[in-house]
Amino acid sequence: MRFTIFLILATVMISVLGGMSAAQAPDTAPRGDAENGKEIFASYGCYSCHGYAAHGGPGGRIGPSPYTFSGFSAYVRQPAGVMPLYTSRVVTDQELADIYAFLQSLPRPVPAESIPLLNN
Amino acid sequence: MEKSRKGSLNRRGFLKGAAVGAAAGAAGMVVETPNAKAEPAGQLQRGAAPPPSPAQLAAETEPVSQQIDVLRTIDDPGSDFMVDVIKSLGFEYVASMPGSSFRGLQESFINYGGNQAPEWLTCLHEESSIAIADGYFRVEGKPMLAIAHGTVGLQHAAMTIYHAFCAHTPVFIILGNHLDATGRRPGVEWNHSVQDATAMVRDYIKWDDTPHSLQHFAESAVRAYKIGMTVPTAPTVLVADGHLQEAPIEDRSRLHIPKLTRTSPPAGDPGAVAEVAQLLVGAENPVIVGGNVARSQQGMDLMVELAETLQVPVRGYSRNMPSRHPLSGGGAIGAADVILGMQVEDLWGTVHNMRDLPEKTFSRRTQPGTKLISIDSNDLFIKSNYQDFQRYAEVDLAIAADAEATLPSLIEACKRLITGDRRRVFEERGKTLSAAKDRALAGARTQAASGWDASPVSTARLWAELWEVVRNKDWALVNGGSPPLWNFEHYHQTIENVGSNGAAAVGARLPIAVGAALAHRKYGRFCVAFQTDGDLMCAPGALWTAVHHRIPMLFLMHNNRAYHQEVMHLQRMANWRQRAINTAGIGNDISDPDIDYATVARGMGLYGEGPISDPSEVGPALRRAVERVENGETALVDVVSQPR
Repeated sequence: MRFTIFLILATVMISVLGGMSAAQAPDTAPRGDAENGKEIFASYGCYSCHGYAAHGGPGGRIGPSPYTFSGFSAYVRQPAGVMPLYTSRVVTDQELADIYAFLQSLPRPVPAESIPLLNN
Repeated sequence: MEKSRKGSLNRRGFLKGAAVGAAAGAAGMVVETPNAKAEPAGQLQRGAAPPPSPAQLAAETEPVSQQIDVLRTIDDPGSDFMVDVIKSLGFEYVASMPGSSFRGLQESFINYGGNQAPEWLTCLHEESSIAIADGYFRVEGKPMLAIAHGTVGLQHAAMTIYHAFCAHTPVFIILGNHLDATGRRPGVEWNHSVQDATAMVRDYIKWDDTPHSLQHFAESAVRAYKIGMTVPTAPTVLVADGHLQEAPIEDRSRLHIPKLTRTSPPAGDPGAVAEVAQLLVGAENPVIVGGNVARSQQGMDLMVELAETLQVPVRGYSRNMPSRHPLSGGGAIGAADVILGMQVEDLWGTVHNMRDLPEKTFSRRTQPGTKLISIDSNDLFIKSNYQDFQRYAEVDLAIAADAEATLPSLIEACKRLITGDRRRVFEERGKTLSAAKDRALAGARTQAASGWDASPVSTARLWAELWEVVRNKDWALVNGGSPPLWNFEHYHQTIENVGSNGAAAVGARLPIAVGAALAHRKYGRFCVAFQTDGDLMCAPGALWTAVHHRIPMLFLMHNNRAYHQEVMHLQRMANWRQRAINTAGIGNDISDPDIDYATVARGMGLYGEGPISDPSEVGPALRRAVERVENGETALVDVVSQPR
């Protein structure tokens, strides 16, 4: 029982810190430069798994990011799965903020139902 | 066929004449003519060669004396018989880049054999010859002959032979070689001769031989065909000795072409099959993982029958199940209580996860107690040196047999065990799996919508645009995997089942696609290839071969301007080491200059369009290219694309 309660609390904490959707989250992201973020996204190789438009690929869609900045940052610094780890030595906090600003500047995907070629 | 004997010599006469000629030649090297002036040895500079004497010059340039009795024509060369043997095996084509070590054979195929059955395909690289034969088999289900030099040709061909070996493709390979050193022409023929021609590829073929007589050639050719086509299928090699090719046949009446009798594939032991049926029928969450199972439409039909009988999901290669079938691709390895692996290349990898981190970690994906079954003909044939066999899988029941041949008895055994209660369980399971399939397709559509208007063009957009132009035709995808939103209904619509990627050899896909399209041509199918840039540039001459032999097909370039997988690997290394992560393009990018593939294609006679970066321009360009292909042309549309 105590373990179950712990799991519930842990799940809630994860949701608050990282899993909360960007739309619901308070604006806690540091100010970022989307233009610089776009350049870094390409030059640092984020595109190689996520696509130049951050639309997805082996690494999944991240533009616009479905996560709050803190969740996004936590994942980049300590990823699950096989995504390489990006410490502040190779991507600074400011660069991370710039990348996040770029991701948030991207348009949301249009619904698949509105694209005739995807419904054949 | 009536043979003229006029002017021909028998073998004894030939050897006698050759001996006389050789003696005369040898004498010519030492007899000094009156006009020749001997140069004192001491007057020559060290390392300097004396200039040729007038006599030596004359010997090089004058016609050979008509007085010497040498064989000058041959009416019935050994290579004619070799062609008779090859014809008896039913080859449609022979793929080859020309080479002097098989000049006799090439001449016989063309003039004696009439360049029909087999027809000679002009290839621009031996790597392409083998891969074209590989692709042909994947559609036609029978081997193509490929011929190469035993040395430099085989060295070129080695990679795609290994690729075919990993894909279990029975390419029938002949190598030219001159084993008898005394019969070799001076110079390059020595460079093109080898003691044991097949040695360098013997680790990744199934069988080879170096016949020493024409009768030996006949028997070994039939044996090579039979062994190569016996499950598990694989490439075989036969060395055609240059002397055997070029010397006259001594006595045709003593030669015999053996009858070919194909070996039926081994089916599973009935007792073991009954045990598998019991496990499958009793399972709550069974999963079938299908590798190289279906070899024909019949194999696909049988797999569908097994899946529907049990309402069990079938994962794996797309040639085993129609892609939109409710039972295609579903289920979960982690939730399965029984997993049946059929011809699975990597069964260990199917039930384990491995994380590519500095410290390699592995975890089992299955629940404790999950039963793992294997039906695999590859248990009957394994080699040591090349490690294509993957990690050892701990299974509960292993049947060393061909999966397709075992399917009928397995289906019957399952049907015998199914009770009314189990049938109701299966029906419920089928509904759940069908709903999951619908959700998976919807998810794939949502994913494809992401980045729909991006430039470079997303691969999902490319696939959707290509699907739009082929879906109402009798189409076949001859390169590019199994896009999730395409509707693969028939076995022939993809070539991805036979060993999947083979050895993942970059450069093999383009010529495999050409070979597959050639096989499809007589059925009138519209062939499309989703062609990557790095693969194309290894040996682009296969494009010319397609045009030269009037193979209509459409290439859509997935031009991401990089060896992209290697970009990801290099970046991962830099990440692990916490070093510069902005250098992964060095050595991996294919840009500066960007390659203009439409121009490359046009230079080899294709219709070419591109490069296209605007996604809205892809569809119209494809429609123009389709029109060309339908008129018999080969076409290429180059699209600058997202990495993956």
